[in-house]
Amino acid sequence: MNRRELLKHIAVLTGASVVGADFFLTGCAPEGKDIGLFSAADVALLDDIAETIIPRTTTPGARDAQTGAFIADFVTHCYDDDEQKALIAGLSALTTAAKTQHNRAFGKLKQTEQLEVLSKIAAEAKAYNEQQTGDFIPHYFTLLQQLTLLGFFTSEQGYTQVLRYEMIPGPYEGCVDYKNGEKAWAN
Amino acid sequence: MQDTAHINTNGKHTHTYDAIVIGSGISGGWAAKELCQHGLKTLVLERGRDVKHIIDYPTYNTPPWELPYRGHIAREQRKKNPLISKAAGYAADTAHFFIEDADHPYVQEKPFDWIRGYQVGGKSLTWGRACQRWSDFEFSAPQRYGYAVDWPIRYDDVAPWYGHVERFIGVCGIKEGIESMPDGEFLPGYELNCVEQHIKDVLWKKFKRHYVSGRWAHITQPQEIHTQQGRGQCQNRNLCMRGCPYGGYFSSVTSTLPWAQKTGNLTVAPHSVVHSIMYDEEKGRATGVRVINAQTNEATEYFARIIFVNASALNTNLILLNSTSDRFPNGLGNDNGLLGKYICFHNYRGNMGGDFEGFKDKYYRVTRPVECIIANYRNLHRQETDFIGGYTIFSGAYREKLSDKGIEPMLGAAFKEAISEPGTWGAYMYMQGETIPKASNHVRLSPDQRDQWGIPLLVTSVGYDDNDEKMVQDFLEQGRAMLEAAGAVNIRTNDTKQPPGLDIHEMGGARMGHDPATSLLNKWNQLHHCQNVFVTDGACMTSTGNQSPSILYMALTARAANYAVERLKKAEM
Repeated sequence: MNRRELLKHIAVLTGASVVGADFFLTGCAPEGKDIGLFSAADVALLDDIAETIIPRTTTPGARDAQTGAFIADFVTHCYDDDEQKALIAGLSALTTAAKTQHNRAFGKLKQTEQLEVLSKIAAEAKAYNEQQTGDFIPHYFTLLQQLTLLGFFTSEQGYTQVLRYEMIPGPYEGCVDYKNGEKAWAN
Repeated sequence: MQDTAHINTNGKHTHTYDAIVIGSGISGGWAAKELCQHGLKTLVLERGRDVKHIIDYPTYNTPPWELPYRGHIAREQRKKNPLISKAAGYAADTAHFFIEDADHPYVQEKPFDWIRGYQVGGKSLTWGRACQRWSDFEFSAPQRYGYAVDWPIRYDDVAPWYGHVERFIGVCGIKEGIESMPDGEFLPGYELNCVEQHIKDVLWKKFKRHYVSGRWAHITQPQEIHTQQGRGQCQNRNLCMRGCPYGGYFSSVTSTLPWAQKTGNLTVAPHSVVHSIMYDEEKGRATGVRVINAQTNEATEYFARIIFVNASALNTNLILLNSTSDRFPNGLGNDNGLLGKYICFHNYRGNMGGDFEGFKDKYYRVTRPVECIIANYRNLHRQETDFIGGYTIFSGAYREKLSDKGIEPMLGAAFKEAISEPGTWGAYMYMQGETIPKASNHVRLSPDQRDQWGIPLLVTSVGYDDNDEKMVQDFLEQGRAMLEAAGAVNIRTNDTKQPPGLDIHEMGGARMGHDPATSLLNKWNQLHHCQNVFVTDGACMTSTGNQSPSILYMALTARAANYAVERLKKAEM
């Protein structure tokens, strides 16, 4: 049963066309919604970027932790105006870069292409930040990295499945052996 | 305002207690406990709301992903609260234990960040919990080096009371036999991690300085006295400032107030803003306290035989200054005009960090809610620097979290893997420096500006001086030398130049001393000129020392309360 058929079935069953069906039909993120300053499409883009920074591996990735939604909410309510502007302008720049380099939206690129686009921007960000002095707003990609790490590593997935977390840690030991591969303490 | 309009004087009988304690924070809680245990009907006045153990810790178990903005302060709240949002520990999970800036204005003649927590328990809910004892070096320094006035007490006067407090609140620590930081009656201490142990060894070998495990108000092994309080072992959740459901760290709310409550002698009155202490010239003593209800603005008078003022250092000054009468036109007990003067604080401006390249095969099990301490090594036996006083250093070593380990670009699976593992070892130090009391650092009442209850606003005129600058420099040089000696690399030193106040260790204004001409309080913390009023919070401090002051306030409070009870029993008061 395809999507259109499913909608028809539900519509017949409930006697009304399905609310939100436009989204469903156009293939926009089904759970997508506007968050603060960001449209549903922006949130999806943020998820794509965050997932490229922290991908799902054997453990959950940024998309699993809904990092895009966190970034949108956090930037809307915690960033200052000029920081918001820098980040939003950055998203446009990133979209343009993807289009210029691959003639497609960032979200439509293959994973390797996404990595390639962001790697280039990351290098630009590094160079940009190094040139600044005093208090400055970092390059937008640095903001995105910060937000991704902040959001992911305070999410349930990041905190409990990627880092080491014990809700009630109990005894402390000052000096224990560490073997490579063991995770850092979340708390 | 209504302070004369709606005075409730009908119920003098029902408004009479044996003792009134103004403030329910770390020292007020202790006054209440001691006085109630000795059978005194005690009224505790708290200007803020009630806070009950666990019930009023709304975030005690909330994981970060359930907090708004993961615990960060939203822009609007930060803009509305430029002052209080600077406080150590202020975040979305603890903001309810701090004031809102707009509710409690004051006048900063010089920049001073006055950090306040108005609720039952006061700032004892959010305190730093460091509990080192003062040594005689500190008690005798003003007399030996000629600053402030001589403390009317010495270490021996307070030592038994330190023990009394330590046993009840629970202080962890390791006995080290250090002259400048006497041992207490400790619960088991936290062991150092391997880098801290390394630093400890180097500092002793190369500098003869002491790097020790923190002496913190945490129950590491509950004793009967703690289980009787309903408190249990610290679980190292490191979420202390939200309020601890185990009662693992000490606060008034967890410990002293419930203990006092059990005697049946305690009444706590939240929302009670103290306007002033009333003085009866004929009787030659204070008779009670005038209170304004924070919610209804109704004024009420309460009466008692003794009054403990524990409103927090600066508010205690404010209340005394506002307690005027024909006998004391300049404030209660203020014949010498020194009330509000010699305000001092701790200098926290200097901090630093460095990295350690080795120890990659070592880690720790869980993080720890205490830090390490480098005991003061300056100006102990003699004056040896170009500044007066000493400083304690707090320190710790840790493995970096979310460390990129040089992976470029910082994205993708390898990056994720790398940052989820512990990174390089680092160590930090920050100073807690003594400041030298001087008359020009003062607080006073605004002649024309009043708060929403008609009480004059406090004007703060407190700043650093040249001595402080020199001490910061010394710490930055010495700290760097110690980190270098321990093999740290990439050392970063910093002078925050933060205004006074952010240390939340403001002290003085009603200092203790031998002589009524140069001090406000005697050696029992009684006002020289109004002996049924005791001041045992930070306002009583003659000098700041370099150790954390809270446990000294508690010890002085317990000592003064027991003295007051003795005097009352002998009908001398």
